Amino acid sequence: MAGAVAAVLGLLLLLGSPGASTGPPRDSLREELLLSPLPSGDLAATFQFRARWDSELHREGVSHYRLFPKALGQLISKYLVRELHLSLTQGFWRTRTWGQPYLQAPAGAELWVWFQDSVTDVDKAWKELSNILSGIFCASLNFIDSTNTVTPTASFKPLGLANVTDHHLLRYAVLPREVVCTENLTPWKKLLPCGSKAGLAVLLKAERLFHSSYHSQAVHIRPICRDASCLSVSWELRQTLTVVFDTFSIGQGKRDWSLFKMFSRTITEACPLASESKIYVDISSKTQENELLEVTPLPLSVHEASVQGDRRTYAVYDLLSPSLFNVSRSLNVQLKWKRPQDSLDLSTPVLHAQRYVSGYGLQTGEISTLIYNTHPYRAFPVILLETVPWYLRLYVHTLVITTKGKENKPSYIHYQPAQDRRRPHLLEMLIQLPANSVTKITIQFERALLKWTEYTPDPNHGFYVSPSVLSALVPSVIAMKAEDAEQSPLFTSLFPSSDGSSYFVRLYTEPLLVNLPTPDFSMPYNVICLTCTVVAVCYGSFYNLLTRTFHVEEPSRGGLAKRLANIIRKVRGVPPL
Amino acid sequence: MAAPLVLGILVAVTVRAVLYRSSLAGFISERVEVASPLNAWKRVVEGLALLDLGVSPYSGDVFHETPLIIYLFHFLIEYSELVFMITDVLTAVALYLAVQDFNKVVFKKQKLLMELDQYASDVAELIRTPMEMHYIPLKVALFYLLNPYTVMSCVAKSTCAINNTVIAFFILTTIKGSTLLSAIFLALATYQSLYPLTLFAPALLYLLQRQFIPVKLKSKGFWLYTTQYAALYLCSLVVIVCLSFFLLNSWDFIPSVYGFILSVPDLTPNIGLFWYFFAEMFEHFSLFFVCVFQINVFFYTIPLAVKLKEHPIFFLFVQLAIISIFKSYPTVGDVALYMAFLPLWSHLYRFLRNIFILSCVLIVCSLLFPVLWHLWIYAGSANSNFYYAITLTFNVGQILLISDYFYAFLRREYYLTHGLYLTRKDGTEAMLVLK
Repeated sequence: MAGAVAAVLGLLLLLGSPGASTGPPRDSLREELLLSPLPSGDLAATFQFRARWDSELHREGVSHYRLFPKALGQLISKYLVRELHLSLTQGFWRTRTWGQPYLQAPAGAELWVWFQDSVTDVDKAWKELSNILSGIFCASLNFIDSTNTVTPTASFKPLGLANVTDHHLLRYAVLPREVVCTENLTPWKKLLPCGSKAGLAVLLKAERLFHSSYHSQAVHIRPICRDASCLSVSWELRQTLTVVFDTFSIGQGKRDWSLFKMFSRTITEACPLASESKIYVDISSKTQENELLEVTPLPLSVHEASVQGDRRTYAVYDLLSPSLFNVSRSLNVQLKWKRPQDSLDLSTPVLHAQRYVSGYGLQTGEISTLIYNTHPYRAFPVILLETVPWYLRLYVHTLVITTKGKENKPSYIHYQPAQDRRRPHLLEMLIQLPANSVTKITIQFERALLKWTEYTPDPNHGFYVSPSVLSALVPSVIAMKAEDAEQSPLFTSLFPSSDGSSYFVRLYTEPLLVNLPTPDFSMPYNVICLTCTVVAVCYGSFYNLLTRTFHVEEPSRGGLAKRLANIIRKVRGVPPL
Repeated sequence: MAAPLVLGILVAVTVRAVLYRSSLAGFISERVEVASPLNAWKRVVEGLALLDLGVSPYSGDVFHETPLIIYLFHFLIEYSELVFMITDVLTAVALYLAVQDFNKVVFKKQKLLMELDQYASDVAELIRTPMEMHYIPLKVALFYLLNPYTVMSCVAKSTCAINNTVIAFFILTTIKGSTLLSAIFLALATYQSLYPLTLFAPALLYLLQRQFIPVKLKSKGFWLYTTQYAALYLCSLVVIVCLSFFLLNSWDFIPSVYGFILSVPDLTPNIGLFWYFFAEMFEHFSLFFVCVFQINVFFYTIPLAVKLKEHPIFFLFVQLAIISIFKSYPTVGDVALYMAFLPLWSHLYRFLRNIFILSCVLIVCSLLFPVLWHLWIYAGSANSNFYYAITLTFNVGQILLISDYFYAFLRREYYLTHGLYLTRKDGTEAMLVLK
């Protein structure tokens, strides 16, 4: 009897499950934390959580989500998204003092999306997508509209698999005014399979994360090859969080770091759903004799990788290996600097940039961008993308690019002028940077007077100009061998590398704050009255002159007042007027 | 008469050349009173640079000039200073010749009316003599050339100078009596900036007068000539617009030029009334008030035509002034054009009531414009209300100036027909009132 029931159940299971021969799509989770000490003594911690799902989201009707969050999966299938990159950042990555970032994000909110070519109305899909993301991440992404969306032609090539690259399917928007806070961190953490209860995500405590110089959280969704033959597509969701802790505010002046000091928590276990859970600590040193850091507890293995043109050594803590938690129940990685404080060599990154606004007064101004190429002998091109809001009217005939005192003509310029209240300026240029040089790009603009309802409630704070984007393939000093994406650490496989001689870097400059002339906000009624009075003065004068004719004045017998006065005078006995 | 004019032209050209080479040229071209979004030189250069980059100049919102300007400056961009000096000289010469011809017409008409005994007996001192009219053309030309407004407009290379030249040629051809050329230049002027459309009425009235066709609504001759002139005008306008289409093979320039003039989206401060009004307007009423302000420019034409049908050139002057005051992006170059006509009415001086106050108002406002702009934009110690107040005062001054001249003109006409020394029924001196 029981056997028969079991047999029937087994048969039902076999017949009932759809696609029983293939089984449910496989998904896997990898989590990783990279601690890299920065040349200035600060410490950058980069968390990456990568969920990979071997499923074709667009073709099959998917209803069972396991590690891949349902909110994002439904979004991708409904709006036919091919790639989605959203980042929320507070602070600015100081490339000059901190070195090249692994993945920089601009201050505020940045969203760029590649749609599938089957989308008929990209703008409508973009608008709905940004509104839904605004709800998912509790960020004001609903302010993304046509006045801050652009379609770059060269800068944001797809990071995942791509066979069609019609750039009309790409949309890019930045909200530089967006503030990032705990409200944005909570929904981001909810997308993680283990939440913030197990694994590396227990370190993500808001009161420590936001007490930092730089906090950036991002979501990257892209299709990748399922295997080496690349016959089918998997979806990859990477959630990255980069935070930079300052020696002075967190470290209290001392340069010794530990997980507890930074996050006020230690790690007790790996996420049970993760197939890989590792902590990497950058212990590479410039010279062999002098080791930079002393790391406790002693790492079980050391990993060498060539990252961003440099050979680096990493101490690896594998949270899934049973020997890690033998000594103590919790893992608190501690880093101590071995060399004295002052003898640090600051290696300048090969490519860095800065941008500022110059000029005085509220009528005109000039945006200047300085791009530094500190490579001693290699020149390389860089694509610069500038998005300027419509109320700063750019004059492209004033665009001047100089390198070492001589004019440097860009080999490719794509300029789309702004339309008032409809779209912003878009300027994309491919500029060749000679070796060991500074390139200065200046363009003049005029400030517009807006209608009084178009100003923000704090108009004298100023208006933000989104950061400009520099994308370049920087030549590397050493030859980098292409490693298999599945075996190498996550932080090395962020950007697809085409060859071993250069690596891809995307930098963002500072956002700018520009003041506009303001009308007097208390005056609408007064202005309407006064202007209409002037028009009425004209109308009145002309009406009189057009409708009346000259007459000889008749002597008047006297008005009522005069007659009354005469009556009173008669009573008094005084001669009349 | 040619020699003093040539001397005046030389002086004017020298002044402009000196200013071009001085450091004031940059300062003047930045001034919002001289360069508006419609006619700034910086925007012409920007439009040509966009064309070089392969982008249509009308795809953005920076360039609002007609394709004719692109055609003109595509080849002449190197000699732009020379071009603007030549346009100023051409305007002055055109006005000189026009006024010379007009004086002859006025004198002939006066003689005719005197022979017909239309004038009263004691108006001898109001009759104009050839002696006093001899220097008027020179004065008109010099008033235009040496007016500080014109000089600044030329040094700033504002394309308002080109618009003024076209209007001056239109006036010249109208006074000479050529229907075809007058229609062509009027079409060109309307094509450049929309508002000279209203000059159709005074030109038509003058040409009818010159052809001795009486202006009666039932007359066949009147309607025949009117339709002829209107057809010539409309055909030339269509031809010019189609030629502009073939420059860039698109109709983009129509919303970019005429849509811009009519809908006033750019609120850059200028000497007009529109900018602050629409900066402070409630969004709900914006369309309504745009329509009201635009109608305001056009609707004085018919009443003025009815009142001034015997005096079409004065009608032209008043209409030009109304355009300059109430257009959407006025500059001092537009003001300079109608001010050039003031010597033509110098015989009205004794009837002007407020000329001293009004000239003081205009001079003081012109001097205060840059001061208050600096205080608002650069020093930050004033706000937009200061500049707006001067705008209001300047416009009130202009309006009262024109209505003062209008009053004086009408009063002189009354005296001519009714006698200068008026007495009441009981013999005492009479007062004239407007009733």
